Amino acid sequence: MGEEDTVILHGMWASTYVKRVELALKIKGIPFEYVEEDLSNKSALLLKYNPVQRKVPVLVHNGKPICESLVILEYIDETWPSHGLQLLPKDPYERARVRFWAAYIQQLLESMAKLFNPDHKEAQEKALEEMYEKQRILEEGMREFFPEESPNVHPEKLGILDIMIVSTLGAFRAQEEALGVKTLDPEKNPLLFSWVEALIQLPVVKEIIPPFEKLVSLLQFIKQNGIKF
Amino acid sequence: MAEEVKLFRTWSSGYALRIVWALKLKGIEYETIFEDLTNKSPSLLQYNPIHGKVPVLVHDGKPVCESLVILEYVDETWKHNPLLPQDPYEKSMARFWANFGDDKLMKSIWQLFIAREKDQDVAAVEALENLKLVEEQLKGKKFFHGETVGYLDLAFGWFADFVSILEEIMSLKLVDGERFPHLSSWIQHFIDAPVIRDCWPPRDKMIIKFQVMRENYLAAATPK
Repeated sequence: MGEEDTVILHGMWASTYVKRVELALKIKGIPFEYVEEDLSNKSALLLKYNPVQRKVPVLVHNGKPICESLVILEYIDETWPSHGLQLLPKDPYERARVRFWAAYIQQLLESMAKLFNPDHKEAQEKALEEMYEKQRILEEGMREFFPEESPNVHPEKLGILDIMIVSTLGAFRAQEEALGVKTLDPEKNPLLFSWVEALIQLPVVKEIIPPFEKLVSLLQFIKQNGIKF
Repeated sequence: MAEEVKLFRTWSSGYALRIVWALKLKGIEYETIFEDLTNKSPSLLQYNPIHGKVPVLVHDGKPVCESLVILEYVDETWKHNPLLPQDPYEKSMARFWANFGDDKLMKSIWQLFIAREKDQDVAAVEALENLKLVEEQLKGKKFFHGETVGYLDLAFGWFADFVSILEEIMSLKLVDGERFPHLSSWIQHFIDAPVIRDCWPPRDKMIIKFQVMRENYLAAATPK
């Protein structure tokens, strides 16, 4: 890609989906401009670039918008293949496995989002069970990827699954604070827990994790008011 | 070296049909295993333990699940007759719209299909909005992929068939030629395209299947 590339990311400071793209760009060392969107008052530019969903993230590369975080991640990997790391493996079968699990982690996020609906107790308990079940499946699935006890987290080897895991689970302490319930149990999910802990120590991840207190306040607000995010 | 390719499918699954088309378009020999989803085979559960769904492609003993993931796998493994665009931006557009088709369009059309009469007008609004967005994508193109069928056409393939089934069962016109000229034309071209036209499940069986499904949904929704 040429030296004149302009890359703009439209995002929101607390959005898991935006974090994925931010991380991917930083991991690959791609310079970009970040535009913070107020989702209660969306900019004309955002609506122009993402008329279908009117959501963030939107990556605008040389004026052309790309939407949907996983679509953006693949675009980044294909457009800047020799920049830093490859986010996806080269082998088609390995790519298929990574894509499958990336989609599954997305499903986990969707069940976590249900915890923030201001519903009654039974719905909350059901949502928790669903989330724990998905975590259990994810834990088992990731054991196949990492036969040793914990994933070998190395800044030189980060890929899509690392990005999905840390964006989805990295802020678990803030979620637990806001909900008053455990959302990532080190005893039930030792692999996931140690993986997340290792990832959130990395400087590149520290740059993008939202500030704790600010996130807790937002999550509490969402829990009380049921805003979709 | 003989490759072993197996496809687990059902006779009616639109998701599995995507893979049937992809394999045929690339001229890949494969074995078909038809599943009864009310009585899943041990093989299916072994190859897709998490979702237990079709389609599953098994290539030399290695399973790939989720139809859009399988399409990309097929395209990356057998590189002739490419299904996805080569350009990363065009590729991302194809992926975006395939996701839209599965997440938004399919859901809204299904909601219309199972809506009670009094709810149909409201359900139709969202379905029609989504259809308009897809209509836009087809401007100036014979197929989503261009002159020939590709990934996004296969992803929307279920739609080409289901629209006429819905219209017949519900006695309404959803994709009319005036409001949706490009979509109507795409449907006609796609249904009759080489390879595509040889794979459609039997229409009469589909009508019965979906009619029964709709009746069950409506019965369940009716307050006693």
